[in-house]
Amino acid sequence: MQQVMTREDYRKYVDKVSPNSKTVRNVLRAFFVGGLICIIGQFFLNSFRGMGLDQEAASSLTSIVMIFLGVTLTALNLYDDLGKFAGAGSIVPITGFANSIASPAIEYKSEGYVMGIGARMFLIAGPVLVYGISASIIVGIIHYLINF
Amino acid sequence: MHIKKVGKQTSQLQNPPSINASASIVGPKEGKGPLADYFDQTVDDEFWGEKSWEKAESKFMREVLGKTVAKASIAINAVDFIIAGDLLNQCIAANFGIRDSNIPFFGVFGACSTIGEAMSLGAFLIDGGFACNVVCLTSSHFCSAEKQFRFPLELGSQRPPTAQWTVTGAGGVLLGAEGNGPYVTRITTGKIVDMGIKDQNNMGAAMAPAAADTIFAHFEDTGLPHDYYDMVVTGDLGMVGSRILDDLLSSNGIRIGSILNDCGLMIFDKKQDVHAGGSGCGCSATVLAGFLLDRLRKGKLNRILFVPTGALLSPTSVQQGESIPCIAHAVAIENTRGGIQ
Repeated sequence: MQQVMTREDYRKYVDKVSPNSKTVRNVLRAFFVGGLICIIGQFFLNSFRGMGLDQEAASSLTSIVMIFLGVTLTALNLYDDLGKFAGAGSIVPITGFANSIASPAIEYKSEGYVMGIGARMFLIAGPVLVYGISASIIVGIIHYLINF
Repeated sequence: MHIKKVGKQTSQLQNPPSINASASIVGPKEGKGPLADYFDQTVDDEFWGEKSWEKAESKFMREVLGKTVAKASIAINAVDFIIAGDLLNQCIAANFGIRDSNIPFFGVFGACSTIGEAMSLGAFLIDGGFACNVVCLTSSHFCSAEKQFRFPLELGSQRPPTAQWTVTGAGGVLLGAEGNGPYVTRITTGKIVDMGIKDQNNMGAAMAPAAADTIFAHFEDTGLPHDYYDMVVTGDLGMVGSRILDDLLSSNGIRIGSILNDCGLMIFDKKQDVHAGGSGCGCSATVLAGFLLDRLRKGKLNRILFVPTGALLSPTSVQQGESIPCIAHAVAIENTRGGIQ
């Protein structure tokens, strides 16, 4: 073409004409949906405590229930709609973690149980696990050294 | 020699091939869009009775081949070549979709511009006297494309407003040496243009400079007046890319905003929650095969410049931080045989 923009000029121009995400709306939705999921978790935790379970057992049972809910909503084709609405509000809680493992398992079932579900299940959760576990090991070593 | 070449990158066909038939099959969302009535078939189930989305996409390809040939009222063995492509790795939708057809085959990849690439090569084969009938096909499938390029479908995530929605559908055209048109009269083959955009959620912005480059070259090479065509229709620039294209062309002296359109904007309604518009090999192919050719045959349009656009990225190149190389091929389709001017 005759008039050629530099890549830098073009990038600036594209930033200007591309619509931005609706941040305020998305943040509010994430806050309320994320909060709602936590309230549901808290409800189960209090209920289990009320049944006479100690804190540790009640916490574990609550996680199990929330993971079950996340996976069930994923299987029912509902969690993606929730995620589309709430963004980080439904990604950050443990239900979102369950969704990130269940959804590739469903997606890659067509490639078989070993290289499909088995290999791809942690496609999205994998990095979280790798760096989460690595970080906790490092923090653990620091904790050990400080107390040594 | 070289009498069919005009300017730097345009071919003026001496024996313009006639588009003797076209067929389109779309998925459920496209079947609820504004062009629903123009498609030959709408499939309600995205699996279409198959066990995987890839198999379903192959079925789209296979069925649209059958429909295209049937509508041309010729026997399948009268087809000399099939030229087809899609978005899946190694073009498996095309390879598997037409494996039982028993017709000589060229597999092509031009991302969402594939139908333009296929029609260009098909027209060259016919004009060169190497074929009488060539079928050009492309397909895309929202679910198989998401799986390959993005995230699993059931993952709860948000997409930015610049993202586009891959069309589920397949379109095919049959080019013949003889026929009553519309005719493919000129072809401007695109060059790869990369303006450094890396965001795969803003492909319209990545592809617009390629479309502008090809359209500019087309008018430069042919010397045609800028208002020669009734419509200049790009493939899948979407809302963002279309605006950028208009700006880029205007700043180069081509003010055709009133006749510019985009298949990605035509196939869906804004209310269908597709963000910036449709995309995919099936987008421009189904809009051409279903809507645009119908308008041409009925004389509502007489001359169009069809410019499908493609973003030539792969998931690997995106992860390695590469920018997105893009291409656009222009195919002029007219109701009269232009021939050599």
